[in-house]
Amino acid sequence: MDDRVQVRKSSIMDGNTAAAHVAYRINEVCAIFPITPSSTMAELADEWASEGVTNIWGNIPVVQQMQSEGGAAGAVHGSLQAGALTTTFTASQGLLLMIPNMFKIAGELTASVFHVAARALATQALSIFGDHSDVMAARPTGFAMLASASVQEAHDFALIAQAATLKSRVPFIHFFDGFRTSHEINTLTLLSDEQIRSMIDDDLVRDHRSRALNPEHPFIRGTAQNPDVFFQAREAANSYYDKVPEIVQGAMDDFASLAGRQYHLFDYDGDPDAERVVIVMASGAEVVRETAFHLRKCGEKVGVITVRLYRPFSAEHLLDALPETCGAVAVLDRTKEPGATGEPLYLDVVASLVDAVSRGNRKAVPKVIGGRYGLSSKDFDPAQAKAVFEELKKATPKNGFTVGIVDDVTYTSLSADPAFTIEPDEVVRAVFYGLGSDGTVGGNKNSAKIIAEDTGQFVQAYFVYDSHKSGAQTTSHLRFGPQPIHAPYLIRSANFVACHQFNFLERLDVLRLAAPGATFLLNSSYGPNDVWDRLPRSMQQQLIDKKLKFFVIDASKVAREVGLKSHTNTILQTCFFAISGVMPREDAITRIKDRIQKTYGSKGKAVVERNFAAVDGALARLHAVTIPAAATSRTERPPIVPASAPDFVRNVTAMIMADLGDEIPVSAMPVDGTFPSGTAAWEKRNVAEEVPVWRQDLCIQCGQCSFVCPHSVIRAKYYDTTLLEGAPAGFKSAPVNLRGYPNAAFSLQFYIEDCTGCDLCVDACPANSLVDPGVKAINLQPKADLVENERRNIAFFETLPVNDRARVDFSNVRGTQFLEPLFEFSGACAGCGETPYLKLLSQLFGDRLMIANATGCSSIYSGNLPVTPWTKNHEGRGPAWSNSLFEDNAEFGLGFRLAADKHLEVALSLLHSLAPELGESLTTQIMTAPQIRESEIRTQRGRVDELKTKLLAMADHNETARNLLSVVDHLVRRSIWIVGGDGWAYDIGYGGLDHVLASGRNVNILVLDTEVYSNTGGQASKATPLGAIAKFATAGKRLQRKDLALQAIAYGNVYVAQVAMGANPQQTLQAFREAEAYEGPSLILAYSHCIAHGYDLRYGMKQQDLAVASGYWPLLRYDPAMREIGEAPFRLDSPRPTVPFKNYAYNELRYSALVRSRPVEADMLLHEAQAAVDEKYRSYEQFAGMKDGPAPSETVTVGAKT
Amino acid sequence: MNLTTQYLGMKLRNPLIASASPLTGTLDNIRRLEDYGAAAVVLPSIFEEQIEREEELLDALMTSGVDSFGEALTYLPASAAYSHSTSRYTDIVNAAAKAVDIPIIASLNGITSHGWIDYARQLEMAGASALELNIYFIPSDPALSGRDVEMRYLEILKSVKATVRIPVAVKIGPYFSAPSHMAMQLDQAGADGLVLFNRFYQPDIDLEKLALNFELKLSSPYEMRLSLLWIGILAGQIKASLAATSGVDSGDDVIKYLLAGANVVMTTSALLKHGLPYVRTILDQLETWLDARGLDSPDHIRGRMSQRAIPDPASYQRANYIKTLQSYPKS
Repeated sequence: MDDRVQVRKSSIMDGNTAAAHVAYRINEVCAIFPITPSSTMAELADEWASEGVTNIWGNIPVVQQMQSEGGAAGAVHGSLQAGALTTTFTASQGLLLMIPNMFKIAGELTASVFHVAARALATQALSIFGDHSDVMAARPTGFAMLASASVQEAHDFALIAQAATLKSRVPFIHFFDGFRTSHEINTLTLLSDEQIRSMIDDDLVRDHRSRALNPEHPFIRGTAQNPDVFFQAREAANSYYDKVPEIVQGAMDDFASLAGRQYHLFDYDGDPDAERVVIVMASGAEVVRETAFHLRKCGEKVGVITVRLYRPFSAEHLLDALPETCGAVAVLDRTKEPGATGEPLYLDVVASLVDAVSRGNRKAVPKVIGGRYGLSSKDFDPAQAKAVFEELKKATPKNGFTVGIVDDVTYTSLSADPAFTIEPDEVVRAVFYGLGSDGTVGGNKNSAKIIAEDTGQFVQAYFVYDSHKSGAQTTSHLRFGPQPIHAPYLIRSANFVACHQFNFLERLDVLRLAAPGATFLLNSSYGPNDVWDRLPRSMQQQLIDKKLKFFVIDASKVAREVGLKSHTNTILQTCFFAISGVMPREDAITRIKDRIQKTYGSKGKAVVERNFAAVDGALARLHAVTIPAAATSRTERPPIVPASAPDFVRNVTAMIMADLGDEIPVSAMPVDGTFPSGTAAWEKRNVAEEVPVWRQDLCIQCGQCSFVCPHSVIRAKYYDTTLLEGAPAGFKSAPVNLRGYPNAAFSLQFYIEDCTGCDLCVDACPANSLVDPGVKAINLQPKADLVENERRNIAFFETLPVNDRARVDFSNVRGTQFLEPLFEFSGACAGCGETPYLKLLSQLFGDRLMIANATGCSSIYSGNLPVTPWTKNHEGRGPAWSNSLFEDNAEFGLGFRLAADKHLEVALSLLHSLAPELGESLTTQIMTAPQIRESEIRTQRGRVDELKTKLLAMADHNETARNLLSVVDHLVRRSIWIVGGDGWAYDIGYGGLDHVLASGRNVNILVLDTEVYSNTGGQASKATPLGAIAKFATAGKRLQRKDLALQAIAYGNVYVAQVAMGANPQQTLQAFREAEAYEGPSLILAYSHCIAHGYDLRYGMKQQDLAVASGYWPLLRYDPAMREIGEAPFRLDSPRPTVPFKNYAYNELRYSALVRSRPVEADMLLHEAQAAVDEKYRSYEQFAGMKDGPAPSETVTVGAKT
Repeated sequence: MNLTTQYLGMKLRNPLIASASPLTGTLDNIRRLEDYGAAAVVLPSIFEEQIEREEELLDALMTSGVDSFGEALTYLPASAAYSHSTSRYTDIVNAAAKAVDIPIIASLNGITSHGWIDYARQLEMAGASALELNIYFIPSDPALSGRDVEMRYLEILKSVKATVRIPVAVKIGPYFSAPSHMAMQLDQAGADGLVLFNRFYQPDIDLEKLALNFELKLSSPYEMRLSLLWIGILAGQIKASLAATSGVDSGDDVIKYLLAGANVVMTTSALLKHGLPYVRTILDQLETWLDARGLDSPDHIRGRMSQRAIPDPASYQRANYIKTLQSYPKS
């Protein structure tokens, strides 16, 4: 079919949307749980259902959020058994959790399609990016597997899979590449509802229903079978699988007649007499196909087989597709199966060929090699595809090769020519470097729509995001041209490059991708006559050598002038159209304004007007820069990290930071996922334009600022005034206002290059000037002029001695500011409500802290490369942190405890046995020492150090000493913390959390409660409050949040606290200390304001205060130890509500949005929420009045306190 | 007793109007005000600046963190983005117009020329019986002359009048060098009515926080003197209707304004202080006063104490000041 004919009915969307569009229309029930990169499909289904969008039968599908993918699969299974057409959307770990039900669904021959944005599985590290590890793990389930290679196919195959499953009764996984197809925006021809309707045979739908459980004609399904018949029954369904290939091909043929796009189980593209063939599936196939097309034009006899139906694997169809002339085959797998003789697709191909030859169906087995590519969305480009074809030319090509990396350890990798490109000249390729906060991605999505919908060109857009939640860099890759774009890889050679942030030039080689003669647009406060001298020399040389056309615009200034603040997207978008020549300038401006109206119209006239003004103001400030004949700059980009950084940071971390991670060889990587602590300190991100500045004359040294700082950039020390000798001129200090320290000075040092400018510290500061309105002891000021001085000040500050923990009063907020934070400079959102709690945790117990961290926001800002914020103190001790999974974190942390307890027992036993040699005094002291207070811990550390010295002296000749040395660290009391968000604690990990609480073991559980799944973009959890909107609760949550505190209290032996540091930091501090000291399980629910709440997070602590003042979030502590001393265990730490719930809630968009969209329901929910608040507070008050607390049930208490 | 009154060309059942305040912002209260006898209701002002700020804040919140992090390209449902700032207001106008028989007067405060026009058009379409232009403008720029300020008022009025067909009243402040001349210009520019006077919020200073305090205090009966003065002066001199506002606490105050020449009298403070049923009380007081004098309509007293009607017109001017001083020691 002529692609051009389709232009007028084309749309652009990403693969998730394309698949969900169809899946939603052909199902009656969707049971869902969010997981990257598939979440969009579930969110869209929920959104459409809430908007009343119907399926092809005219009814609105039921969309049910579940507590986990395991739950979703169970609900899918049940719904299918009850006869409804049912689907789900998932990826990665989610798919793994579904596997048990998938075996059942397939074993029961139940028609269903699971749509999967294929993603890597967590192994040595978590990865949210795409490969086939997840779907390959689901191979044995009995699901058929259909792979889409493009956005169009994700759309088409969603329908083909449904038609095939209904006819075959075999359930399907329909998958496409996560973080490629799932997120790639591309032009596609949308299926009409009529086309979808005609592909679905209602007789088959009725057949599906007729097989459902029904008491009107009952039967039993789900029996237990014994050795006598299970085997036979397992084979009984074989014929159904045998028919699947023909059924799928039939559906593909039907589809072709309907939509004009013909697919086959194995599509061959290439020379009919090909000598070398690559077999591959999903988006990688598009790369190989385009490369093969290019190589054929150069005379090479090559071809590619795109695998569509992977399971059941039809050897017959594969062999039909493979030219007899082919002498060498390479099979590419996007997964790794350690220890296997090859990856799955390779083994299937080999088996098929060998079987065919052995049966005489084929003359000979060609050379077959297998290799791995593209793990975790490693970009797979034509250069790599060519390398594979080149390898096939060799007499003895590598088997088990890798491509796309440099394997300098086991030498599996193939070399690829980085200069090789097959991009057609007619395709415009544009790369944009920006920040998340400047709107670059949004602007480019808009541009893509303009180009696609207004010019009829074909468009592809893909966006790369970095790992940070604040100050994140984005790279946009846009292609457009007159023909469909099949290029699922990043642009290597751009004819337009834009850098939307001038400071990127200091650390990124932004012209690396610029093609000769390309256009370069720079957002610069320096004009056309000044900018040249501000560029690094190497960049100047690139501009000259590549003969680039160079333009500058001060987009930031224009944005400020029209009131768009940091949002430069509209301005730079206008400049892009003006100089790229995509369409006539005036025409482009008209279309941009039309698009602005469409995009921002719902947000109001003011927003539209400002963007119009931005368009009008852009072109007047756009200037061409004359490029001199020679480079003149004497400056070069500074090193990413200083030479003083550790080797690993210089050789690995810095490379990743410089966007050069792809070039890191295998040998440089840790073999087991182990990384050094404290690398965040080497990444000076300089996110903030304004940073806090200290007024030491006003400061009351209360510590509130450093307590609330989410990024640990405020450090306090007190020290002898004599140490100020040699301080830099601008170093600030004040007499310490503590009694008993007459000659001591106090300094607050701000690490401004790590600051996000969130303003929480300023808001928390209680010290106002008595004469200058609005002036506090901390005030934000522009950073630019402060950096050099502060670098000197920080260097001096770090020479001051760390305050002795034994002399710091841990019991008040003021004292904590003198404790080293061992969690610093994370990539969390500016103003994050979670991280202050983690920082406090690290300050209080960091040097003996083990953390089990559930997957979520906290695991990402804690553990996502390139750098990690958990660090070590000046003694080299610090938190030992790990993330296992999302669902198992409580159990994972309990495992820490079990090991610690066991090794403590072993250590004590060995110590006892060595007591005669070591001395009874030392061993007795070690074995009996109390270790609750910090001073006691410090003393014990001294004893253990002495013990280690003695043991080392004995180690050569005493095996017991060597054994004791291996566990001796456990003699210092370990602090085990299990940390995660509410998605984990209330939903997916609740069963485990409950069990761990019931274990009676001494673990501390910290729930960073944002009341939504923050990390995946704000989906509702069971902690989401009544009346708030969230994804999957777009009409407002109709039920109260789960009272996890009361559930835990019911055990009677669990220490429980509910805290909100913005309301009462002292209570928070007290709860943390009590929980840690409690010799049993403890649970802290920590109110954590979040970007998903929809308000300016600078007011986060104020909102916490209002949450408590309104009675919505009562502060409480339940301490079972109090009962033992005759005191009431339940203490309500916050007073009766002083403000209505509305005064708290309606400051947040998550509540107030409903007032606009559904005012009547909003009013009803507000009243219900207020009533719930009142009722809860009343019951808490009653509990507080009870001597024994809220009737803990001794019968449910499992396990004893340890 | 026939209390009917003409205001902005509309026939009202009496001369008492509930002026713009939070009280008039809900349908329930509007119905109750009608039940208690209010002749018309002025809705709370729609503030263009506030709408713009709300829209900008909404945009800022919806775009905060968006397209920055691969796992969370948005943080709130798309439905949260819809701005209803304007429609929230027009919905009330629309609902009120349908729910009650008394006129609904929409109040508008713009900041841009197109804002005045756009919102005026939307309010008319929503069913407002009339518009009240709440021109709240503090001319703090020293470069701005008195004439500039006057022109601004006149241009706003003209542009709105050119846009809508419903009557338009202008609520002005007292701070013109020549209020009579200003009133005449507004009259000639097509104002159907003048509302005297707008109370510009005046800040206090919080000595603890060293911050400005904009806490609004209810108007006191004494504040009616200024309006009374200018109603009295303007009555009979311009075609436009005159509405008196500020300081109305009882039927006596209404009577005074009517005597001075007001077509209608507006109150908020009294209702905030005494509750909505107080409308009935004020009207009863008016009727009682008229009845006691054998009068069956306020028309009989309207303007009887205006400058043009009294024997000594000069006493409304400087003589008034002198007289006040002279009389002071006697009291």
